[in-house]
Amino acid sequence: MSKTDKKLVIFSDIDVEKALKSALQKSRPDLINEVRDSGLKGRGGAGFPTAVKWNLAAAAQGDRKFVICNADEGEPGTFKDRLLLTDYADQLVAGMVLAGYAVGAKEGIIYLRAEYAYIRKDLEATLEKMRGKKLLGKKIAGKDNFEFDVHIHMGSGAYICGEETALIESLEGHRGEPRNRPPFPVTVGYLGCPTSVNNVETFITVLHIVEKGAKWFKSYGTEKSTGTKLFSVSGDCDKPGVYELPMGISIKKLLETVGGEDAKAVQVGGASGTCVPRKDFDRVIAYEDVSTGGSIIVFGPFRDMLEVAVNFMEFFCDESCGQCTPCRLGTETLLEGLDMLDEGKCSLKYLRELCSLGETMQVSSKCGLGQSAPNAFLSIVENFKSEIFDSRCTCR
Amino acid sequence: MSNNEKNTKFGSDRAPASSVASSVEVAKNEKDLGAMVAINIDGNDLKVPFGTTILDAAKKLNIKIPTLCHHEDLKVAGVCRVCVVEVEGQRTLQAACAYPITSPMSIKTYSQKVRKSRRHNLDLMLKHHVGECYSCFRNNNCELQTLAKEYGVDHYRFGHDTEPHHDIDRSSYSVVRDMNKCIQCRRCVRTCIDLQEVGVLEAVNRGPDLDIDTFASMPLGEVVCINCGQCINRCPTGALRANDPSDEIWAAIENPKKHVVIQTAPSPRAAIGECFGLPAGTSVTRELNTAMRRCGFDKVFDTNFTADLTIMEEATELLIRLKKALVDKEQVAFPQFTSCSPGWVKFLEHFYPEYTDCLSSCKSPQQMFGSIIKTWYAEKAGIDPKDIVTVALMPCSAKKFECNRPEMQDSGYKDVDYGLTSRELAQMIQETGLDLPNLPPSDFDDPIGEATGAGLIFGATGGVMEAALRTAVEIVTGIKTEKIFENLDIIPVRGFEGVKYMEIKVPAAGPVPPILSKALGGLKDFSFLKGATLKVAVAHGTANAKKVMEDIKAGGKFSECHFIEFMACPGGCLGGGGQPIPTSPEIRAARTQAIYAEEKTLYSRKSHENPAVDLIYKEFLKDGPCGHKSHKLLHTHYTKRGCKIV
Ligand SMILES: Cc1cc2nc3c(=O)[nH]c(=O)nc-3n(C[C@H](O)[C@H](O)[C@H](O)COP(=O)(O)O)c2cc1C
Ligand code: SF4
Ligand code: SF4
Ligand code: SF4
Ligand code: SF4
Ligand code: FES
Repeated sequence: MSKTDKKLVIFSDIDVEKALKSALQKSRPDLINEVRDSGLKGRGGAGFPTAVKWNLAAAAQGDRKFVICNADEGEPGTFKDRLLLTDYADQLVAGMVLAGYAVGAKEGIIYLRAEYAYIRKDLEATLEKMRGKKLLGKKIAGKDNFEFDVHIHMGSGAYICGEETALIESLEGHRGEPRNRPPFPVTVGYLGCPTSVNNVETFITVLHIVEKGAKWFKSYGTEKSTGTKLFSVSGDCDKPGVYELPMGISIKKLLETVGGEDAKAVQVGGASGTCVPRKDFDRVIAYEDVSTGGSIIVFGPFRDMLEVAVNFMEFFCDESCGQCTPCRLGTETLLEGLDMLDEGKCSLKYLRELCSLGETMQVSSKCGLGQSAPNAFLSIVENFKSEIFDSRCTCR
Repeated sequence: MSNNEKNTKFGSDRAPASSVASSVEVAKNEKDLGAMVAINIDGNDLKVPFGTTILDAAKKLNIKIPTLCHHEDLKVAGVCRVCVVEVEGQRTLQAACAYPITSPMSIKTYSQKVRKSRRHNLDLMLKHHVGECYSCFRNNNCELQTLAKEYGVDHYRFGHDTEPHHDIDRSSYSVVRDMNKCIQCRRCVRTCIDLQEVGVLEAVNRGPDLDIDTFASMPLGEVVCINCGQCINRCPTGALRANDPSDEIWAAIENPKKHVVIQTAPSPRAAIGECFGLPAGTSVTRELNTAMRRCGFDKVFDTNFTADLTIMEEATELLIRLKKALVDKEQVAFPQFTSCSPGWVKFLEHFYPEYTDCLSSCKSPQQMFGSIIKTWYAEKAGIDPKDIVTVALMPCSAKKFECNRPEMQDSGYKDVDYGLTSRELAQMIQETGLDLPNLPPSDFDDPIGEATGAGLIFGATGGVMEAALRTAVEIVTGIKTEKIFENLDIIPVRGFEGVKYMEIKVPAAGPVPPILSKALGGLKDFSFLKGATLKVAVAHGTANAKKVMEDIKAGGKFSECHFIEFMACPGGCLGGGGQPIPTSPEIRAARTQAIYAEEKTLYSRKSHENPAVDLIYKEFLKDGPCGHKSHKLLHTHYTKRGCKIV
């Protein structure tokens, strides 16, 4: 696992203990305001403003509140949280303490991806160490009425449990299936209590922002997408790995950085993201253009795009929780359509119907999984129609 | 609100919270600040209480939004996605059944985008729906079929399976599961887990492999299913149905050697009209008698007769228990539980086997009837009981299981040959072309057609308790019950409250009537009960039964009760698993209404005043209620089943 040499925000040096202690000297509103001023949006993929989420959780009524770290990292092609969990665990826990302070929660939970079980021991050691330093537990940093502790809960290997309400269901011991929203977890979450669910990277970024200031953070990125972001780069490039890059970077520039200039397409945002063809490499990675939770998969000139689409669709068929109709059966139908395309048996009319079905899935599925499941299919059909259709179809 | 209270919103521990309705509480007081939200649906302005779902808001405007996974009795799931609507300013459509209105919004319920999505989702559901409407019991009463018609499904856009992919599970006496017709709406799951708290059915596997299944795919007949059939009544398709014996019954009717008698429970009469287009709550008791005769049943009897008999036996049993406890100072099991609901009986056998001693040993009216027909009636009518076929018209699917319990053969034959549901009889009548609502009325056959209002109200929750009290109070106090309860109406045990509780102080002690003298060991009067407080309770739906049982286990107030009525089905038998589909709180209330109205017209409303009951104790069960013969024919025993099924 490599990472960039340049230390921008997340990888910049920080004294965790000092940063946490001084942050806790701020009032709660001041702390949240700092985060708001930074313009930070959630790093888990959905891009919801972190300060707004915390404010809602802080304002929600409840004797018990929770802060949950979403460490289920299941999006194909992302592995940046793994790096953070291994090498920057103390920063993560400190960020969670800040969240607990901001929203008024005493309990934090790290929902750890089943495949990351091997990290658990080190994480526990970090927690223990921080308890020893009084950075966790009662009277943190000498504050009389502030206590916060964190425990780890192991996931069981379902991608859908990265979706925050399914994660909560799973925590409660149920099938990992997304809930209806509203109400959102910030008001009715784990055990019915106000809950803020945030990504690993989000917590760490907050720690840096509060220590070094919103202004400093905003010096990176674009107006709407402030700061830097971690990218997990994989696929047909010379230097795969985890990169910290400013938001708003063009795909072209990113490819230059990772040695993937000859790419034919780039999948931004993992299986649920979009497939950007070469002609669009000037587009930028930002919430206002092509957004991503961090996954960048590079497809070299010899990749068969139909195979790529099949691969993603198989993933969704396996990982759909099966709860709602459009996703449960739409994923299967699109996959069957891809097989038909491969055999040259898909008529243009049926292909159009499938694309229309894809739109239905986007708008009528219950959760983000089903809503984004057809993205790859739709963008590949749109951009590589001649490759996947014209060259194979025998039935026109 | 404390956390504990908040958590109970999620129902039982086992109920998945994803199926929680909106936990956004609906504003109760319209005058509170912010309680009303202004919205617009399809161009119509409206104000609704904060938290109202889009579906409910649309109903107020008479705007119909199609639904499949939604059911009024159940928690919201939001999974079928046919109720999607467009909310202005939102990228995705929203499920109307699951979306609580908390801010002003503008909604379109039938835009192009909405209609396209609904149609696609329907097309997807039809992909793996294997079944032919002609051969399906839900033909013309199927929510999936109706929707397919409304949305103009004229071909299968994404293909259609023709080969079944599941074996039909016929292992249960009561419920047949044909998962080839299942659309995974999970109404049955929510019924079984949340409404009934039994927990037989669950979603298993993920994605396109998702199925509704039992634990370890065991046959339904081998799991803890209590046969209540509530899942059947709430399934939108023909995937779940009752085990239909009508072919065998027709064959018996056609067979000249067989004498086929039918007994009819109170609840079907108040509901079967729904299958013939009558509004819920139309009683067709006497028209139905004619229809059954014309179908070819040789005798049409009234189960209410044995309901009255049950009251005599069960009230006597209670008095015996009380005497043993208070006079003889013996150890006896209290409270006494009613045993007329076979769903409830099996529930207790599975989940509270340590309490089988509390169950009244009385058989249900259906089974008492069976043994009486094949003994007393056979003798009187001079027919060899082996040639008698007894059919029981019941609102209930569990009755099919009950009549097949091995211990139910006390007459020397299978006491009740077939349990027939209201739906199945409606089907038989339709087959004859008879126009039920317009048939000339006729009476039940004698002598087992004599019944009182007390037997009739067995159909409603609280009915057994009310009937028992009308008799017990009169016997114990020696005072006419109507002097104690105005109009003989014992209101506290009526109504749809899940658990009802009542205390009655015994004001006076009457003499022990001769008929009970033997059973009560020669006791002269009831002075041992004078001044005592009789505590009774009523629970309907096994989720409520569970609450009471847990309270008893914990030594709470219900453990001090003397007598508790339990019915497995919400609303009592009127809401039974064999009743016409659909069901809803309004429909059940209308049926209840019909029964209480009908009972007012009857000549007597107290079981012990039934002349036929008198007659049977004189002629046949000569040693009286709970006597030797009645013990042999009218009482039974139970099995401690437990819930470890593998
Ligand atoms: C199917 C699906 C999978 C998801 N998986 C993850 C995940 O593995 N990690 C994560 O942080 N967020 C994931 N999310 C996003 C979460 O629902 C949620 O938005 C996020 O944890 C919020 O944190 P943030 O605001 O810090 O981004 C997923 C969402 C969906 C719909
Ligand atoms: S969209 Fe897919 S993953 Fe999400 S609730 Fe529906 S079936 Fe489950
Ligand atoms: S379940 Fe409905 S749609 Fe399916 S075969 Fe039966 S009637 Fe037809
Ligand atoms: S019959 Fe009753 S217990 Fe059996 S599966 Fe259906 S709802 Fe559950
Ligand atoms: S069996 Fe019926 S109620 Fe149950 S999920 Fe299938 S269609 Fe729905
Ligand atoms: S009826 Fe609303 S999603 Fe099924």
